[in-house]
Amino acid sequence: MEFLRPTSWGEALAAKADAPGAVPIAGGTDVMVELNFDKHRPEALLDLNRVGELATWSEEEDGRLRVGAAVPYARIIGELGGRLPGLAMAARTVGSPQIRNRGTVGGNLGAASPAGDSHPPLLAADAEIEVESAARGTRMIPAGEFYTGVKRSALAPDELIRAFHVRPAEGPQQFSKIGTRNAMVIAVCSFGLALHPSDQRIGTGIGSAAPTPRRAFEAEEYAAGELDWAGRSPLDERVARRFGELAARAAAPIDDVRGTAEYRLHALSVMARRTLTWAWKDYLNGGATACA
Amino acid sequence: MERGETAVRAEIALRVNGEERRVVADTRTSLLDLLRERLGLTGSKKGCDHGQCGACTVLVDGRRVNACLALAVAHQGADVVTVEGLADGDEPHPLQRAFVENDAFQCGYCTPGQLCSAVGVLAEAARGWPSHVTADLAADGVELDEAEIRERMSGNICRCGAYPGIVAAIREAAGGGTAR
Repeated sequence: MEFLRPTSWGEALAAKADAPGAVPIAGGTDVMVELNFDKHRPEALLDLNRVGELATWSEEEDGRLRVGAAVPYARIIGELGGRLPGLAMAARTVGSPQIRNRGTVGGNLGAASPAGDSHPPLLAADAEIEVESAARGTRMIPAGEFYTGVKRSALAPDELIRAFHVRPAEGPQQFSKIGTRNAMVIAVCSFGLALHPSDQRIGTGIGSAAPTPRRAFEAEEYAAGELDWAGRSPLDERVARRFGELAARAAAPIDDVRGTAEYRLHALSVMARRTLTWAWKDYLNGGATACA
Repeated sequence: MERGETAVRAEIALRVNGEERRVVADTRTSLLDLLRERLGLTGSKKGCDHGQCGACTVLVDGRRVNACLALAVAHQGADVVTVEGLADGDEPHPLQRAFVENDAFQCGYCTPGQLCSAVGVLAEAARGWPSHVTADLAADGVELDEAEIRERMSGNICRCGAYPGIVAAIREAAGGGTAR
């Protein structure tokens, strides 16, 4: 196995162009599992740890945050938890403290597993993924168009993920995940929710209950229309329940070792109802964000 | 990129328990295998080899990581501390002493990982890093009560079930007195 070690972003793109089969590695928490168990023998590994800019984040002129692909979950929680509360909540459920010290959103995106914890909050918050190739330059892919199949994404073989762009939360955000225990759990299913009060809209993300992470559009539209944004009246329980039903309807789960399709649909409707209830309560209390 | 760095084998230079070490190894080698099989440091254990059990936890540049999920060749120049490097000569690390005094293990297999992880917990709490159960996110430091310790140690599994002792030991080392 070749080991490629670029020291700059330009070198990384050139290396990926020369060896499109090279697997990018940053924290290693996903790639190493495949290597250790010999599930996959990549022709080459592309170590991104020396491309320092990938582990940084910044505020952009358009008001969004640009977060480098290799910023580990622990730093997203600690440094961006206040502005990206939904993603931080999801990040706190990733693996264990040891894994959160190394694992990255870029890795989660690259793997594109339907069970990846970053995906629901990125979908709910309208994130965009910045990818680049030496040949064709940069393009921005909305999270909703990034996931194309089970562990497949819109990323071309010669492209690398550089960062994701997302607006700081302007309303409450929530994340909920089902697993057998709190730590070291791959989601049975998960749900992310973001309120966007300025355009009276709701964002959602479903995890681990369809071939790809996906939004629940019908549920989003229904709730946005039913919620009393200006008057801030309490959430009608029937609206919350209907929202849950519609969220589950957007899913297409399978039976697998972690759970049955039927269970996932039920769990999704409960998580959607609860996260909307919590987020709306925060909205009524005037809180922009649920927790840091 | 430097030429020669694309080879199947590579020279890896890192600092382990304060000592500079250089080894030529297959580029697929995990940090755990490098420590155990090439450097003879068998304290770190290979329990599951995929980040589920925490028995291989070591400190890399001061932060706890699963050595089984760390690619050795990606750690050029890193500062690694394993369980063998915790004691100060013949003087055990305060956590090691607390583990002994609080019966924080039975078979001992997970203990090296538990200890390195606990060192990480104390450092993270001192820096004020919140956990999932931290109520006051604005506090300067974190008081390591039982709930905090259990949450923060959730990446380390003990098949003997010595958890009450582990919690008590960490609590004691954190200066919180005995938990039981």
